[in-house]
Amino acid sequence: MEKNDLIIHLQDICFNYPGSPQVLDRLDLKFYRGNRIGLMGPNGSGKTTLFHIVMGLLKPSSGSIEIFNRPVKTEKDFIRVREKIGLLFQDADDQLFSPTVLEDVAFGPLNMGKSRDEAMDIARNTLNFLGLTGFEDRITYKLSGGEKKLVSLATVLAMEPEVLLFDEPTSGLDDRTKATLKDVLAGLDLSYIIISHEMDFLDEIADSIYSMDNGKILFDKEVHVHQHVHAHPHGAYNHEHN
Amino acid sequence: MIEELANGDSFIRRLDPRGKIVVVFLFSMVVASANRLQVLLCALVLGLLIVLAAKVPVKELVRRLIPVNMLILFFWLFLPFTFGGEPLLHIGPLAVTREGLLYATRITLKSNAMMLMLIALVASTPISTMGHAMHTLGIPQKIVHLFFFTYRYIHVIYREYFRLKNSMKIRGFTPKTNLHTYKTFAYMVGMLLVRSFDRGQRVHNAMLCRGFKGNLYSLSKFSFKKGDIVSVVFMLTLIILLGVLEWKKTI
Ligand SMILES: Nc1ncnc2c1ncn2[C@@H]1O[C@H](COP(=O)(O)OP(=O)(O)O)[C@@H](O)[C@H]1O
Ligand SMILES: [Mg+2]
Repeated sequence: MEKNDLIIHLQDICFNYPGSPQVLDRLDLKFYRGNRIGLMGPNGSGKTTLFHIVMGLLKPSSGSIEIFNRPVKTEKDFIRVREKIGLLFQDADDQLFSPTVLEDVAFGPLNMGKSRDEAMDIARNTLNFLGLTGFEDRITYKLSGGEKKLVSLATVLAMEPEVLLFDEPTSGLDDRTKATLKDVLAGLDLSYIIISHEMDFLDEIADSIYSMDNGKILFDKEVHVHQHVHAHPHGAYNHEHN
Repeated sequence: MIEELANGDSFIRRLDPRGKIVVVFLFSMVVASANRLQVLLCALVLGLLIVLAAKVPVKELVRRLIPVNMLILFFWLFLPFTFGGEPLLHIGPLAVTREGLLYATRITLKSNAMMLMLIALVASTPISTMGHAMHTLGIPQKIVHLFFFTYRYIHVIYREYFRLKNSMKIRGFTPKTNLHTYKTFAYMVGMLLVRSFDRGQRVHNAMLCRGFKGNLYSLSKFSFKKGDIVSVVFMLTLIILLGVLEWKKTI
């Protein structure tokens, strides 16, 4: 891969929450343009924490972060990162805060300096694209769980990011909404990392599957040296055979 | 509980929110500084008429007036006895004074008149619109944010409260007067604060991820139409009239 295509480069990242043991332990990650990665790992293994570090919401205790080949350290650096990298939160209730759907989806574009009309257009188009036509004036906190997830996705897509970080987008979705999500992902020219516990889902939408354990990421190559003979992607993830 | 009242359609609902805010503000100023009972009575009647015009459901209206009037009731319990002045009537060792009664009456009229106007404003304007209107009126960004986020987080706390309550209910909790109940309620309040704080933090993070730099933009465009001008001028005239009545001591 070319150096220009290296989008996210984490080196030796350590992190712990105040008064808690190390969550990330000298973690390395190289993420290239065009990568479509699935990330698995037991609950509490630090997947969400990793995403929050990439977005600059948490500061690592040591290690370096380079995004688009630039070191990012200060809040100011991360403001630019957030225009290019979108994060879909694990809990959609955290993501939506405006009273109406349209306002919430237009929030990002407005922050990026778009005019009121442009922002409304972008918001409407994004909603249409996700099959949410007619949701504009719905009250965000009265949507169903699946609808909230899709609207959250709209709020992120409306910023036209180059990279998307999905934190368990499939949790609590029915099969139909999951299928919608798959179609959307297939139709987008985006690089992404998706955290999910659903092997089948990741199989369909990811090119490679990483797993997290002990504060580190185990890459594909670890899948091959994994002690199981069969090198199916389950190998990288704690699983049982029956 | 904090469901917006703004659902019915009324003439007042369609008015420009900026005009409404200015009118309510000036009305409150005049009423707060007025002292004559006649003026306060007129203000109360005006408030009632406006609330009627805004088509606030009576049940909602009463529900919103009760807390204020509970407080006022409390004033009535001691104000008439503790105010120095001409005694009108003796109850045991206590004397009810004319000044005390007047004072309590004034407070009652003032508070209710202002509450009625405020209810009419809130009932006829969605909260987010109100925030943006305040901004375009030149109210400092910081205060508008405070207003907006207070509203937003009251929702958050309220929903957390429901979640906690349900999780207690499904495990068979029924409040009684025993230590277990008190302890459970204490835990609940503690959890409520901590969880709301956490969620507030996460919502803020989500906003940062979407490029929030401290500015809120509005999608609603306000336009001051002929109806707005007429209503504002009409209301201003009435408010000035109240002021003149107070000052000139006519009637
Ligand atoms: N705000 C927090 N304060 C303290 N510890 C936390 C906080 N958030 C998460 N943790 C801890 O950090 C670890 C990793 O959490 P997280 O990144 O959310 O895991 P995952 O997303 O993989 O389930 C867990 O052990 C969790 O208990
Ligand atoms: Mg997580």
